[in-house]
Amino acid sequence: MSINRREFLKIAGLSAAAGIGSVAIFDRLQKNALEASEFSAGPDALNAKKWAMVVDVRKFKTPEDYKKCTDACHSAHNVPDFGNPKDEVKWIWTDTFDHTFPGQEHEYLSEDIKHKNFLLLCNHCENPPCVRVCPTKATFKRKDGIVMQDMHRCIGCRFCMAACPFGARSFNYRDPRGKDAKGQPFIKEENPEYPTRMIGVVEKCTFCTERLAVGKLPACVEVAPAGGLVFGDLADLKSEVRKILRTNYTIRRKSELGTGPAVFYVMGDSGYSVVPELL
Amino acid sequence: MKIYNGGKIFIGIIVFVALFASPFYLNRGKAVAKPELKIDTPEIQKLPEQERKCVESKEFMRAEHMQLLDSWRDSVVRGGNRIYKNSHGKEFNMSIQNTCMKCHSNKKDFCDKCHNYAAVKPYCWTCHIAPKEKKS
Repeated sequence: MSINRREFLKIAGLSAAAGIGSVAIFDRLQKNALEASEFSAGPDALNAKKWAMVVDVRKFKTPEDYKKCTDACHSAHNVPDFGNPKDEVKWIWTDTFDHTFPGQEHEYLSEDIKHKNFLLLCNHCENPPCVRVCPTKATFKRKDGIVMQDMHRCIGCRFCMAACPFGARSFNYRDPRGKDAKGQPFIKEENPEYPTRMIGVVEKCTFCTERLAVGKLPACVEVAPAGGLVFGDLADLKSEVRKILRTNYTIRRKSELGTGPAVFYVMGDSGYSVVPELL
Repeated sequence: MKIYNGGKIFIGIIVFVALFASPFYLNRGKAVAKPELKIDTPEIQKLPEQERKCVESKEFMRAEHMQLLDSWRDSVVRGGNRIYKNSHGKEFNMSIQNTCMKCHSNKKDFCDKCHNYAAVKPYCWTCHIAPKEKKS
């Protein structure tokens, strides 16, 4: 069957009209009755342009000071303890100076710094490589600077773990709801207010978005020694964070990589009580 | 036209069709009981009479709860907005774990009943913690 120009133009015109019409109809169908209602942040929600944290290492005098922070976080967020460093899941943890600030260590460091541990967590980078590599946009940057993740979207490809230079991301190699060989659950005590994760997803610190939304500071900040962890808005000149940054010498982890970490460290000796080799 | 082994083939076809269609004619006229949801949990009964209302109307929730939950999830996780104002202007914290299940504390007699009936398997509970089932 041959077709003349007139016929062709007729068919083309009709199909274009049908295509545009069906798009409009589908748009209409997708809008359900939710339109009348609205979403908002709560009245108590803490807001910022760029959340940041300052870790004043001078205020942490014993390993227990750190443990309080890590325990508070991990129990609030149902972080499983698989009891095996290879499978470890961590949102906040500690490590030595040479692992925290690689390249900065030398033989003649002060005894205190040499033996001290440092508190580590997700740096909520300004230019986060984990967000750039995520193929499903499960991890993304919020308007307030928090690098957040949507567990519903994570497919467990672990690109973000490879991309993160700080080791801030952990993969659930095992089912966090499972039990170890002795029948002990991996999550000692479930916090019924917060979800767990499932096997095969990556998780990390979220700067406690669920607490900020109801006007509370992050769990670790709340239990840290006074002034040890300070949380605030980098864009606000009057914030506590900016005040500390203005008056103290601070460093960031691997800032030479250009990711723009938002966790700052105030260095100094504190008479840290434990020599790790003897632990 | 001649069909070789015609008898065997036709008997085979009849037996196959009979077996294949057996669920239809064996269950004809026997309706599977409609799932009856229990919405009288102790938590709901404790509420004063006027507040025994879901975030939206029963009809809307029955038909659209999945869309509602989906938009809640996007709003909370991706938008950072956690408060839902319903069509009557009442506000709720958007949380399946802390809002929905606080009243509907009977996952087995509420969620699962319909989902099993309709053979859908939402994966909410691999991460969200379901309320402890009470023996009743």
